[in-house]
Amino acid sequence: MEKKTLSAKLLASPHIVWSVLFIIAPLIMVAYYSFTNADGNFTLENIKALSDYKEVFLNSIWYGIVATLICLVIAYPTAYFIARSKARVQSTMIMLVMLPMWTSLIVRTYSIMSLIENTGIINSFIQKLGFEPIQMINTSGAVILGMVYDFLPFMILPIYSVLTKLDNKLVEAAHDLGADKITVLTKVVLPLSRSGILSGITMVFVPSVSTFYISQKLGGGNFALVGEIIEGQFVTSNNFNLGASLSLVLMVLILICMAVMNHFSGDEEESSGGLMP
Amino acid sequence: MSRKMNVSSKIYLGLVYFFLYAPIVVLIVFSFNESTSTSVMSGFSFKWYGELLRDADTINAVKNTLFIAVISSVCATILGTAAAVGIDKMRNKYLRSAIMNTTNIPMMNPEIVTGISLLLLFAFSSQLLGIKNALGLHTLIIAHITFVLPYVILSVLPKLHQMDHHLSEAAMDLGCTPVKSFFKVVLPSIMPGILTGFIMAFTLSLDDFVISYFVSGPEWQTLPIRLFSMTKKRVKPDMYALSTLIFFVMLVLLMLINFMQARGDKKKEKDK
Repeated sequence: MEKKTLSAKLLASPHIVWSVLFIIAPLIMVAYYSFTNADGNFTLENIKALSDYKEVFLNSIWYGIVATLICLVIAYPTAYFIARSKARVQSTMIMLVMLPMWTSLIVRTYSIMSLIENTGIINSFIQKLGFEPIQMINTSGAVILGMVYDFLPFMILPIYSVLTKLDNKLVEAAHDLGADKITVLTKVVLPLSRSGILSGITMVFVPSVSTFYISQKLGGGNFALVGEIIEGQFVTSNNFNLGASLSLVLMVLILICMAVMNHFSGDEEESSGGLMP
Repeated sequence: MSRKMNVSSKIYLGLVYFFLYAPIVVLIVFSFNESTSTSVMSGFSFKWYGELLRDADTINAVKNTLFIAVISSVCATILGTAAAVGIDKMRNKYLRSAIMNTTNIPMMNPEIVTGISLLLLFAFSSQLLGIKNALGLHTLIIAHITFVLPYVILSVLPKLHQMDHHLSEAAMDLGCTPVKSFFKVVLPSIMPGILTGFIMAFTLSLDDFVISYFVSGPEWQTLPIRLFSMTKKRVKPDMYALSTLIFFVMLVLLMLINFMQARGDKKKEKDK
């Protein structure tokens, strides 16, 4: 018996070797490149250069927060209504939420682009009505729209999966004890769906902060976000070391944001209600 | 918590689905446009699809994408299933959570960080080995296996938990070797998890843009990368056609997963 479990455990070893080689070692490489120059000598230049990018980082986080909040406001009622609909319809509705999620981000970003372009469908419609075309693409609004559109399903799904498991008896009990609809929502439903809200926030915030194609395609390079700067270091200016230090900071910043969020939403039940406007 | 919906919630849901699908529908409609315009429909035609079929770069990208998806999802499924069986047997809590946390890193990290960290590893090791161009098919496959692995492990592990461990012991009491009992008892009962993991791995690999973008090198374009480079030129409906095709492939794959899950649920109910 002992021998059998040992050999079974050994089955995990190729995976462990793989993880060390291709998950841990690459992360060490990011740190190594951050602290060396092109010749491989130790330097703090890349870290010092980061101060030039303070605004870029703040900008990215700000865009990420705005997009995440908009997603949350749209997604919570959506998930709530889906969870309350008939069981037969529910699985279809959820599949319709998942489908865009599984379609390439490039395709989705591209479909938004084709709508709001200067010669796109919305503007040609506006012109047909006899108005001046509106500049929509290459604005900050377009970047936010792209983020919301691309990542909205990532917010709906986790909230839905928590809400659908919610015990309806709790809601009924609250009603029986005299709570009105709003009180039930803020005191029972929202606190119980906190874990879904939190994972939704993570799943929208992380890709929004680090995206490069959304700001490239919809912002026209006017709104430099950190993802775009990093991509530039690797693809056009070939400065791997600066790119590595920017990624290192991005990784740390996201970790800090997540920790702050978990801290503020973890201590009191009331505070998760505060996430909803 | 299912109850009857009122009208306003139906309208709200309608608007959200409209928001999610209107851009994609526009894209699909204009992929059948006769002219190059992406805002005025002048006539129905398949000509952009025909043009796609004649575009050698695109065809090549499709082949590359499929090849990489098949290889990496098969490798990840084997590696991941073996890993899940091993992890399931581990009783050391710390070792177990250390392995799981490491496995989950590619899922938690921003994709761009995963992409560039692998790129740096490949750049560094090629410098060590004195190879000039390190990026290519092998780096794409390594990267894809790495980021789809957690999804395979996470879909196989729960099936192993649900499994009745007395069954494999019974098989061995009845004279099966451990290996035989694994293939005759364990493998069939975790098969649905393995299949779900495989299809997820396959789909994620097909779909990936960000990570592939950094590790692909100039010679190996995948479909999402091809699409990305196509958007650099003036907007033309052939990209719409390509996007439409990708959309429908994903639709079919997703329906397949749903169907398999529904069948699995039904079987579970029957067993009860």
